[in-house]
Amino acid sequence: MTFSLPTSITQILTPDGKLVGDPPELPPEQLLEFYRWMVLGRIFSNRMVALQRQGRMGTFAPLNGQEAASVGLAAPMQDGDWLVGGYREAISFFMRGIPMVTLMEQWGGYIPISYSPATKVMPIQVVLASQMPHAVGIAMAMQYKKERNAVVAVIGDGATSEGDFNEALNFAGTFKAPLVTVVQNNGWAISVPREKQTAAEYIAHRGPAFGMPGYVVDGNDVFAVYSAVEQCLERARNGEGPSIIEVITYRMGAHTTADDPTKYRPSDELAEWKPKDPITRYTSYLRTLGLLDDAKAADIEAEVRAELQIAVERYEAERPAQRVEKYFDLVYNDTPPQLARQRDELIRALNREQ
Amino acid sequence: MPKWTMVKAINNALDLKLAQDPNVLIFGEDVGKNGGVFRVTDGLQAKFGEERVFDTPLAESAIIGSAVGMATYGLRPVPEIQFAGFTYLAFHQIVAQAARLHFRSGGTIDMAMVIRAPFGGGVRTPELHADSVEALYMQAQGLKVVIPATPYDAKGLLIAAIEDPDPVLFLEHMKLYRSFRQEVPAEHYTVPIGKAAIAREGSDISVIAYGAMVQASVKAAEMVEQKLGASVEVLDLRTIAPLDEEAIVNSVSKTGRAIVVQEGPRAGGVAAEVIAVINEQALYSLYKPVLRVTSPDGPYPFTVMEDDILPSLDRIAAAIETTLEP
Ligand SMILES: Cc1ncc(C[n+]2csc(CCOP(=O)(O)OP(=O)(O)O)c2C)c(N)n1
Ligand SMILES: [Mg+2]
Repeated sequence: MTFSLPTSITQILTPDGKLVGDPPELPPEQLLEFYRWMVLGRIFSNRMVALQRQGRMGTFAPLNGQEAASVGLAAPMQDGDWLVGGYREAISFFMRGIPMVTLMEQWGGYIPISYSPATKVMPIQVVLASQMPHAVGIAMAMQYKKERNAVVAVIGDGATSEGDFNEALNFAGTFKAPLVTVVQNNGWAISVPREKQTAAEYIAHRGPAFGMPGYVVDGNDVFAVYSAVEQCLERARNGEGPSIIEVITYRMGAHTTADDPTKYRPSDELAEWKPKDPITRYTSYLRTLGLLDDAKAADIEAEVRAELQIAVERYEAERPAQRVEKYFDLVYNDTPPQLARQRDELIRALNREQ
Repeated sequence: MPKWTMVKAINNALDLKLAQDPNVLIFGEDVGKNGGVFRVTDGLQAKFGEERVFDTPLAESAIIGSAVGMATYGLRPVPEIQFAGFTYLAFHQIVAQAARLHFRSGGTIDMAMVIRAPFGGGVRTPELHADSVEALYMQAQGLKVVIPATPYDAKGLLIAAIEDPDPVLFLEHMKLYRSFRQEVPAEHYTVPIGKAAIAREGSDISVIAYGAMVQASVKAAEMVEQKLGASVEVLDLRTIAPLDEEAIVNSVSKTGRAIVVQEGPRAGGVAAEVIAVINEQALYSLYKPVLRVTSPDGPYPFTVMEDDILPSLDRIAAAIETTLEP
């Protein structure tokens, strides 16, 4: 089948909060929910950076600027769907049922004892694009079981240069797998700008090349992302095959807490993106609708901060439970005798060293 | 003489070779303007231009595969893989292509390239950044695997690697990047690939190590000497493949006792190979079995427990003491 190349960026909500297209038909409570998730995401991200600075957290990748995209891609998902994400997708993970403490464990270098695959969210993995073939495999399994479910896979712009990304898309196209790939194009891959990843105008151009539709949407517009993902999920569920959506957004912070973007990024770029902030624009929209005012915003923020505080306390209380014994239990289902011996020797040595 | 960290020594080696040989090119992820995520290539793009030092799309297999093509055409590529754990994505190009082309072409094509990659534990990195991958590459016949333990060796070995006609995997331990400084000559010099060095001379036992475990072994040796008055030798392998069998056998024949210390997991590791060499060539010099101090046979641990799982000074010292018992 032949699909045409996307040539422009779809937008529904402008940076100053005006509608230029049809927003998805959603009840007011859900519109406020979106707001709450975006605020939660930003507060979570800032707190994780602060914890890292205080030596209480491992390396963390801030998500600031990408809140609308994360909310918009997770919101249209249904119970049976799976989310296979990158490492900057905290909000989508939370929306699909991953507790905050799980991501704290993962970024903190703890065993993720609170993780459950019942959430239908794959654990974070950092090897770029490796999640893409997994996402296709889950989609193929859904197809094989004749279930009307789909997979949403999320990847960064830089990671689309990896072989795994392209091999996975080709699988998806060939097998008509129920997969929706969302490319979080935040303009940068650490210090490498998007222009250096591909000579093509849009990453979504690869959709038609692999026999699937490709779309480009404003990633700071939660409605544009939501609508595109919802339509593609419907298509996937109807057995019409995969699609790819490139969302144009901006990494407002450092790549991770180990990175210094002033070394490679022009400062006027951030100034240019600030007015396009996804939360600002959505806030003005909700205020115009009369759904949000200062008091309501303060309530939501207080609620989110309280929830976050509980998660931080739970995370920090877990440390004593993170024992070496547990490490050995995780290698195989049945610990082979030599590994059991290594475990016993190590525990004896650790007791001696204390 | 300037006192340099390992990062500075490696940067200087790259700088010298770029200046000396127009066929040397450096490329990889974030090596250009950013100067590498550890600043190892800092300033090199500004000095030599984007044609010689450049960022690539994120594609490890293509980074090494294109280096194979460049080497075939007579260039001397020095690609960087951002972390050694990501060489898995280029495993095929390294093991089945770069390492074999000389062989496949009947010795007519040289794969003069150096693949640089940081690795190593103890610095609280996310998953797969710390993994010790060297044992996997010991089985890539045709490939040389070098792991420096000091700034001086890092510079000399890297220059030797770039000048070597065969492909070299050059693994840089992150913990050693800035942990200490050493006098390093500013001019060109080489340290031979395939030659171990005695890091600390002794006569009662040989502690064989490489990478960050050399320093740890030297410290453990001092602890045991103070406690027992024994004379402990530490041999720094420097090159993992091909191993300096002669140096291993000489040291063990002299001392009659040995342990091998390795950061990576135990089964099928470098230590196993060293012990096999001792078994074949120096068994009758031994008073005691050769012990290994390694990480356990599991994936690289969650950082909350990495200090518990990596070989500790106490565990190295205990293995030395056990082996010294009559
Ligand atoms: C295979 C692989 N190569 C290199 C890295 C190191 N690395 C981590 S994130 C990153 C940049 C990724 O950029 P992008 O895909 O755009 O995602 P973003 O971080 O912008 O969300 C790099 C090079 C890695 N994790 N995995
Ligand atoms: Mg990016």
